[in-house]
Amino acid sequence: MRELFYSEAIKEAMTQEMEADNKVFLIGEDVGVYGGAFGLTLGMLEQFGPHRIIDTPISEQGIVGIGIGAALLGMKPIVEIMFSDFLLLVMEQIANQAAKIHYMFGGKVAVPIVIRTPGGGGTGAGAQHSQSIEALPFHIPGLKIIMPSTPYDAKGLLLSAIKDPNPVIMIEHKLLYKKVKGDVPVERYEIELGKADIKRKGKDITLVATSLMVHKALTVSEKLAGEGIEVEVIDPRTIKPLDLETIINSVKKTNRVVLVEEACYTGGFTSFLASEIASKAFDYLDSPIVRVTGLDTPIPYSVVLENEVIPSEKRIEDGIRKALN
Amino acid sequence: MLQIRFFEEQVDQLYMKGEVHGTGHLYIGMEATAVGSILALNKDDLITSTHRGHGHCIAKGAELNLMMAELLGKRTGYCKGKGGSMHIADINIGNLGANGIVGGGIAIATGAALAAKEMGTGQVVICFFGDGAINQGVFHESINMASIWKLPVIYLVENNKYGMGFPVTKAVNIDKLSKRGYAYGVKGITIDGNDVVGVYNTLSELIFETRSGKGPILVECETYRWKGHSRVDPERYRTKEEVEAWKKKCPILRFKKYLEDNKLITLTEIDEIEKDVLAQIKDAIEFAITSPFPEPKEATEDVYA
Repeated sequence: MRELFYSEAIKEAMTQEMEADNKVFLIGEDVGVYGGAFGLTLGMLEQFGPHRIIDTPISEQGIVGIGIGAALLGMKPIVEIMFSDFLLLVMEQIANQAAKIHYMFGGKVAVPIVIRTPGGGGTGAGAQHSQSIEALPFHIPGLKIIMPSTPYDAKGLLLSAIKDPNPVIMIEHKLLYKKVKGDVPVERYEIELGKADIKRKGKDITLVATSLMVHKALTVSEKLAGEGIEVEVIDPRTIKPLDLETIINSVKKTNRVVLVEEACYTGGFTSFLASEIASKAFDYLDSPIVRVTGLDTPIPYSVVLENEVIPSEKRIEDGIRKALN
Repeated sequence: MLQIRFFEEQVDQLYMKGEVHGTGHLYIGMEATAVGSILALNKDDLITSTHRGHGHCIAKGAELNLMMAELLGKRTGYCKGKGGSMHIADINIGNLGANGIVGGGIAIATGAALAAKEMGTGQVVICFFGDGAINQGVFHESINMASIWKLPVIYLVENNKYGMGFPVTKAVNIDKLSKRGYAYGVKGITIDGNDVVGVYNTLSELIFETRSGKGPILVECETYRWKGHSRVDPERYRTKEEVEAWKKKCPILRFKKYLEDNKLITLTEIDEIEKDVLAQIKDAIEFAITSPFPEPKEATEDVYA
């Protein structure tokens, strides 16, 4: 099969869906001529023209609101927010408008909008361009959140997200864009939202990780396999709604669990996951649930400090060993 | 206008009797702005509304029964009892929704105008908001984008003189809110929002203009709300004399006088219309009161489409 980079898979999903459905358009800051802050959308303006690849002024709240208004009229906007930190500028539109409209209006109106945004640290971009922000929308009913870790998942999830009648936030890790390559079918395919994927089978311990952390977890798991420790790595892919069934079933099998996320410790989505595991599989656990997360700090600039804050392979390994003891 | 006035008066009564669970924001005194402007739209044109949205909703042709049922939290209401006063919408009649967030509908209206333009439907959007909302950042972001893309949208600011209790004279340092249009390359005009004929005539021209691709327009309608901001409002920020002075500028009495002066209607006809409208409102109340509440378990339905 043909291999694509993560960013190429995302672009291909948008391109193919725009070719198939003229209601789909992309709007955001510098998505056109510039080609996106990460070059992801390069060439799309030439293919689709300025009415479907819409460059905007720097007005994040306005852009998302415009997407919502267009979605109410039956269009399918993909809104790009250049860094996930900037979601904080648009939480009013996301949380008060997009997420609530279907419910508030008695189920009679849908808001089929996709908000794509790069998240995560490790690039030395400092505190306002590196945060993992997913726990904030995670708390808002009515939203869906996808965090693909592979090119294959990115394309399939995004194609589903565009067709989904609900507002979907897609958080893409910047370090995956041009570093992770993988098999991606040429044709369009959909990955159901809310379905986890077992990235590695294992019998000794369950590890749940998202986005970039999936890759770190897989590296650690390969290493531990040399010691005879078989880690089952589960990637929820969609964190909202969360596929608890796959995770709980795995925990019931392995009896131990480590939860890994890049976001801060306090209030991270894995704290919710931990409480669900504790209440639904308590009797199956042979050791306390272990969480490996970012530290409770803004993301610092210096590489030494940044590496300290973001979960490393070493910390993930330590977490696994802790849960095994 | 009478439908709005009588609807709101009855809602006020229902609040006082404790029949309504939540809060609401009455449109009494401002009727000419909603009616004059919406009358100038085509049926398939669109509006976004505000927390003070009953007037826009009725003017756009909403069913009074469904509105009243929604206010009373009944399953038969527009939103099955899930929205309430501030969230009534009816896409089928072009009402993209009231909004509980001040300025919350401004970007949405802009997006609807973008969609109308890109899909070539020829629709125009009137985006209603108040003098309070004109200081929200999203207004500036939205009108700017509508201007650079020449979107078919009328930003209609209802200057009723107070953002809750804060007077507009203290909230901005300009004499006309419509002047804000100039900063974005948008025509801005201020008109008497209590003159339904004037509002209709002016908006008819402006809607034609924006529909023909000349871009958005900012219209300030000067008006006044007679009742408090919401259900509970001690009104410490204004005097009784001020309210009474504005009541003398009642948009409905003014229109009646216009009709009589021009011999367009007889007193008997007015009387009949009033009776008919009052009967419609009473029916709506009857419908709402006799309608069932939702089942508690319906609370978890409709979170996702």
